[in-house]
Amino acid sequence: MKLTSKEVAHVASLARLEMAEDEMEKFAGQLNAILEFADKLNRLETKDILPTAHVLPLNNVFREDRVTPGLESKAALLNAPEAEEGMFRVPRVIE
Amino acid sequence: MLEQCTVAEALERLEKKEISALELTEAALRRVEAVDESVKAFVTVTKNEALAAAALVDAKRLSGEAMPLLAGIPMALKDNLCTKGVLTTCSSKILDNFKPPYDATAVELLRDAGAVLLGKTNLDEFAMGSSTENSAFFTTRNPWDLERVPGGSSGGSAAAVAADEVCFALGSDTGGSIRQPAAFCGVVGMKPTYGRVSRYGLIAFASSLDQIGPFTKDVRDCAIVMNAIARYDARDTTSVPMETPDYTAQLSGGVKGLRIGVPQEYFAAGIDQDVRNAVQQALAVLVALGAEAEEISLPHTDYGIAVYYLIAPAEASSNLARYDGVQYGYRAEADNLLEMYQKTRSRGFGSEVKRRIMLGTYALSSGYYDAYYLKASQVRTLIKQEFAEAFKKFDLILTPTAPSTAFPVGTVEDPLTMYLNDICTIPVNLAGLPALSMPCGFVNNLPVGLQLIGKPFAEATILRAAYAYEQHSGLIKQKPALSGKGVPQDEQI
Amino acid sequence: MSKYETVIGLEVHVELATATKIFCSCPTEFGKEPNTHVCPVCLGLPGSLPVLNKRVVEFAIKAGLALNCEIPRFAKFDRKNYFYPDLPKAYQISQYDLPLAVNGHLEFELNGETKRVGITRVHLEEDAGKLVHAQFADYSLADYNRTGVPLIEIVSEPELRSPEEAKAYLEKLKSIIQYTGISDVKMEEGSLRCDANVSIMPAGSKEFGTRSEIKNMNSFKAVQRGLAYEVERQREVLEAGGRVVQETRRWDEHKGITYALRSKEEAHDYRYFPDPDLVPIIVETAWVEEIRQSLPEMPDARRKRYLKQWGLSEYDATVITASKSMADFFEATLAEYHDAKAVANSLLGEVLKYLNAQGIEIQQTKLTPSHLAELLKLQDDGTISGKIAKTVFEEMFNSGKGPAEIVKEQGLVQISDQDAIAAIVAQVIADNPKSVADFKAGTEKALGFLVGQVMKISQGRANPEMVNQLLREKLQ
Repeated sequence: MKLTSKEVAHVASLARLEMAEDEMEKFAGQLNAILEFADKLNRLETKDILPTAHVLPLNNVFREDRVTPGLESKAALLNAPEAEEGMFRVPRVIE
Repeated sequence: MLEQCTVAEALERLEKKEISALELTEAALRRVEAVDESVKAFVTVTKNEALAAAALVDAKRLSGEAMPLLAGIPMALKDNLCTKGVLTTCSSKILDNFKPPYDATAVELLRDAGAVLLGKTNLDEFAMGSSTENSAFFTTRNPWDLERVPGGSSGGSAAAVAADEVCFALGSDTGGSIRQPAAFCGVVGMKPTYGRVSRYGLIAFASSLDQIGPFTKDVRDCAIVMNAIARYDARDTTSVPMETPDYTAQLSGGVKGLRIGVPQEYFAAGIDQDVRNAVQQALAVLVALGAEAEEISLPHTDYGIAVYYLIAPAEASSNLARYDGVQYGYRAEADNLLEMYQKTRSRGFGSEVKRRIMLGTYALSSGYYDAYYLKASQVRTLIKQEFAEAFKKFDLILTPTAPSTAFPVGTVEDPLTMYLNDICTIPVNLAGLPALSMPCGFVNNLPVGLQLIGKPFAEATILRAAYAYEQHSGLIKQKPALSGKGVPQDEQI
Repeated sequence: MSKYETVIGLEVHVELATATKIFCSCPTEFGKEPNTHVCPVCLGLPGSLPVLNKRVVEFAIKAGLALNCEIPRFAKFDRKNYFYPDLPKAYQISQYDLPLAVNGHLEFELNGETKRVGITRVHLEEDAGKLVHAQFADYSLADYNRTGVPLIEIVSEPELRSPEEAKAYLEKLKSIIQYTGISDVKMEEGSLRCDANVSIMPAGSKEFGTRSEIKNMNSFKAVQRGLAYEVERQREVLEAGGRVVQETRRWDEHKGITYALRSKEEAHDYRYFPDPDLVPIIVETAWVEEIRQSLPEMPDARRKRYLKQWGLSEYDATVITASKSMADFFEATLAEYHDAKAVANSLLGEVLKYLNAQGIEIQQTKLTPSHLAELLKLQDDGTISGKIAKTVFEEMFNSGKGPAEIVKEQGLVQISDQDAIAAIVAQVIADNPKSVADFKAGTEKALGFLVGQVMKISQGRANPEMVNQLLREKLQ
């Protein structure tokens, strides 16, 4: 599966990454090499194989509906790049 | 030399009051000062906190209180483990100012056990790498040869133990990130069974593969640290509700009758001949001690890397999406939100991280999910089943840890070539099994690692076999000849 | 016959009234100060992990059962990946292909007809935070108190055929969910939210037209208005020879229009995959049955019972059972008083009037079923008239005092003593010669005035029938 530059650009935008034209090409090359390498998986018949989403046979792990203390708002905002009135400040979302 | 103590030795001497915790910590700090300029294991050294914690342990002992499991033992933590109020960077620019408001469970357990935090260690950025060269800050060096890599991604923790800067350290292992650096640095490193150690507070790379584990100077120490951290944690849904056995209890049980499977695929051409030889010799020792070995085949081994490099980046692309400059970490100047996201992430992440995010995003994207992520998840089942089948007949599986010894810094540029370093370790994570790496010899004065893989939750069996081999091989007596400020060349105990 | 048919599907989000959030132990109750009901998990801090609230699962299954759904044996959570400042992890934990409930239905009444609409699925997800947009400013502020509040999303089949049907469906859905007790389902408080997918197609066509998604309709009325507008807008587009674009549009309550969101939304690629931090849910039959047993009698069953048991009219039964608290009140009153019709009249008359005026529900007043029963008895035995009853009601709503107490305190006992009334009648006749003359001359209205004067002097307490009777006698 060969990735075109356009597809790489689309993937970058999905991941909110931006890069220069030459970096984009370099990435495309590297990604293609890895994907080609991964193509070997197609040699294997997996039609009736269940995918592994979890290696553990755990199910129904629950928690009781009881309040326990969380973080003080000061602690929550400690690492905020920008904060105002106890809230995290971000550039305006364009609606 | 005090800093060369193992955990067990230090505990004994502390209890006998031959040394104080403060003396032990001071010795460790002196050692850091002496060698870390060359080794560069640490991102942050928590000098004052360490001294204060050590003094507290001494006061407690003086008052006659019962001492917890690891009281006074200097330790280091990989910098992707959340430490409350202490810088936790994942060796990334995007978190280079992040101070978590909480401790990871494993950290909490060690603090409760009285261990003294000396500092946070360097890693490949967000645990993505096999050499620690992907750290955004600097490359940690291998104490056995400062021109070479310590392995990765937990290179800093492995080096810190190998260089006697701390008695033990914690790392994390997603595709080999504890075992491979342990092999390169000649120390013991264990990746527990998936679910054995809580992941709460471990900054996630690939959630279905990550596990926290110890780096120690010998096998007994590994068992001691495992006793402290292998606990059920209700805060981690994937934590297994099991009792913690005493991993030290059956260390000297020996290996008589232990059945060891030796998969031919792990001794194929891609593995250095010297490495294969060293590992075969170790196997011979175990057989001489009473174990039964048999060659087996795990034909799907070859697919492990392909599976891993689809699943791990896919999960990582989702786990790392939260680094967007909104709540914490680096934020780029921008006129609007989209620009903020793009600039923050593009400048904050290094190229390997970006590469894996792109790969993962692609593997999950519409139209490609079935061909890549789903397919990889199915082959993962095959690999897991293959191990399960083998473990019906065998107690342990023995392999080399890495295909080579430590390589020089800057010599592996191609991503795919770097990925091949994990060929022996990755399948273990895919199957969620426990595994340990320990030194089994030297090639050109560089350590070779032996990997012992066990059944789920059979860490005790692994440790027993490892202990038997270690007692016989005497390798723990060898130390790297580190030259640093005021450090003698000869380091034989 | 309309040229076009309307096709509407509704996606309704319901906030579950558990004590804690879905994946952490922070409280769900409204937090006045921002970012005070938060923890590493709902903030999505590096290293945090989700743990599922069992009660949330129970509530979701309960909703599914109330909506006649099948509860599959196996359910799981998936990550829905997208970037937005109100989403700390940059993914929402939701359910993609294996939700907790599927294939249900709901029936509602409209214009005397019963209509059944399919429910495709009910699934669990976590709520996002709140963004506050300062007006005329170039930034927004994020509050994560609401992040992680448990939601169920109820998706209907696209079987609604008009904005009126959509509104009726919503009202019935609210009623049903309210009965289960899993949410207080108040649209005005955000615990019930509705998005719609709407399209039109040529009448008789088998193929649906292109649909648009409408958001930001914040009341039942808004839903109806918004949909009506959008249907008309699409009709105009098609009539003009254009094509409807598949897009997300926002309803503007003030301007009464929908407008397309300008954001450069590439069709969202959410890259769903199973959340590796959570494990699957195996829903045992025993557990489902246990939850089914805990369901109260549902609105439809209750309505049918009311028709049979108390012979109420269809209308009365429908209105009373629409709200569980109202129906509970009705039955509690009947435990102490015999006449169902009288109780119904009271509830649908005075009580409902008051509730609507105040914008509250019956359980928020201080009125009790015992007191209502008492009041009706007081009317029956003539202690107070219907008119006085209205005054007593007002006081009962506000103070919670019983009617007997209020009547005593305010001296409202009806005067039915002939002599007393006769005395007042005599006085009024003496004081109002003109009206007396008018009445005698044939103006009926004049009698009303005289009655009014008697009532005035007696402070409304004179028995009206008796006043009328005595006046007529005296004026013969």
